[in-house]
Amino acid sequence: MDALFRSHAALVYVFLYVPIALVVLFSFTAGERSGELRGLSLRWYGTTLGDQFVIRALGNSLVVAFSTSIIATTFGTIAALALSRAPRAIRTVLDGLTYIAIIIPGIVIGIATLLFFVNIFGWINPWIAYLWSSLGLGGRPLTLGQGLHTVVAAHVVFTMAIVIVLVRTRLAGMDRSLVEASGDLYATPWRTFRQVTLPQLAPAILAGALLAFTFSFDDFVIASFVSGPGQPTLPMYVFASIRRGITPEINAIATLILLVTLTILFIVQLIYRRQARQAETLRAAAERVEANLEDLAAAGGAAVAA
Amino acid sequence: MTPPGLAAARTSPAGQTASRWRMRLATALMLAPMSAWYFFLLVVPLGILLVFSVGERAPEGGYQAGFTLDNYVNLSTRATAFGNTLWMAAAGTILCILVGYPLAYYLATRAGDKKTVLLILVIVPFWTSFLIRTYAWLTILGNTGIPAFLEAVGFGKTVLLNTPFAVLLGIVYNYLPLMVFPLFVSLERLDKRLLEASKDLGAGRWATFRQVTLPLTLPGLLSGAILVFIPIMGEYLIPALLGGGKVFFVGNALFDMYLQSRNWPFGSAAAIGLILVVLVAVGFYLWFGSRGRVERQVSLL
Repeated sequence: MDALFRSHAALVYVFLYVPIALVVLFSFTAGERSGELRGLSLRWYGTTLGDQFVIRALGNSLVVAFSTSIIATTFGTIAALALSRAPRAIRTVLDGLTYIAIIIPGIVIGIATLLFFVNIFGWINPWIAYLWSSLGLGGRPLTLGQGLHTVVAAHVVFTMAIVIVLVRTRLAGMDRSLVEASGDLYATPWRTFRQVTLPQLAPAILAGALLAFTFSFDDFVIASFVSGPGQPTLPMYVFASIRRGITPEINAIATLILLVTLTILFIVQLIYRRQARQAETLRAAAERVEANLEDLAAAGGAAVAA
Repeated sequence: MTPPGLAAARTSPAGQTASRWRMRLATALMLAPMSAWYFFLLVVPLGILLVFSVGERAPEGGYQAGFTLDNYVNLSTRATAFGNTLWMAAAGTILCILVGYPLAYYLATRAGDKKTVLLILVIVPFWTSFLIRTYAWLTILGNTGIPAFLEAVGFGKTVLLNTPFAVLLGIVYNYLPLMVFPLFVSLERLDKRLLEASKDLGAGRWATFRQVTLPLTLPGLLSGAILVFIPIMGEYLIPALLGGGKVFFVGNALFDMYLQSRNWPFGSAAAIGLILVVLVAVGFYLWFGSRGRVERQVSLL
């Protein structure tokens, strides 16, 4: 029975990793076709890094993912902190919207936000043009349209919801006594927040930021609907390339993306480790203080008894 | 957190009201960005979607005001897409359970100190690009991949790409981590003494699994199932790459209606249909979950 479970697990790991390994392997081919290894070379990496379309798409994706992650994490964390104090009715509505944002398929978010942007820009642009001419500004009036900013706006909807859920879960499981202790020790609310609440929330906030970045960087569907003309993100570019015909260049791009994600994961893991160690040191210090206090109390008790 | 100005608040009733108002203002300000974002980019867009779904297609594509339920009636012409989506989401979820449960069980009970590393190894692919993971199978299932190998060893011509099999494979490959994680958590929390007790009472492996392990890990199984089922319902990439237009989901139909044929009202109706199907699935999950909890409380009594 044991052997059966172990071989099943082994098979699943083969299933999970062989396809990825093959993508990486074929990126080193010297040949023209993907899916075969005709000698080893880095020529496709040269092609990739020299391809200005790839570089531009990568730049677009990084801008979108960074902006999404920062906005979603900031607003999401702030909202999560305030939600527990909000009146019940408001909290219920906002919680409901958070779950809707997570549950609704990405493709529906893409379509709905596209409709919103088309409508709002169609409504607002004539007004801008009117104001433009009535103010006597020369040249062509400013027009608002789709672009990377609309992709960010759509991505923030569901990534912010994820941050809120993560931070609220952490808040619910947090040790309230530390916050009270901090107040008892005359710390200002701001100092309590900075030195007690925030460090305890940090893992959840970090996880939220990372998830927001990954989801945004990885998203193909929403970006296809709301991005501006001629501004593809990297997944959009890769998808279009696959449709045009598979070349080892796609494998090289894929390998580079894998490298970047794994590096980020590794760094985050390191940060977690360091935090865990710091938390350990803190706990040990607290225990020492407690032990000292107990000794003191015991000594005091002895003195009183004497 | 201690509200600001608490000292003042304790001394005078006027200070108390002032501080309460300051607190309310702070809360409102903190909730403002999130509320605005939800309102403008979730509530209003969904409202527009609903309005568009009863409108008419403009001659040049796009939307034209109107009120008709034809778009919903015409959804029957897309029954294949809805049918494919439903049965393959269900089949994909079941396959994920069949592959994921034994793995989670192994990790939680028999992996020993390699447990953490092995669990991380299940999660890592989930953090890598979805598109690339799907693309990886394109080469393997394509003509130069497994079919070429099968032909070489004498199985004759086989086609794997652009079949339901390929799409299901892609689904299991991409969503398996989402299934394994909640299963692992619930299996690890499982009180191992219950398994021993069951054994002591003379139950065989299968009876123990069916009567102890499975019921107790059902919540994890349900969360895994919903975590997997919902995103599969909205899947576009896997059918687009591995189904090649032959096996298509509602997502693929939506892409077509919006970006190709530009029949926005019809597309909006299909999108609303998709939302409804997902909501029914979630409702079923919540109902099933709460029923399970009630039953457990009763059995505890």
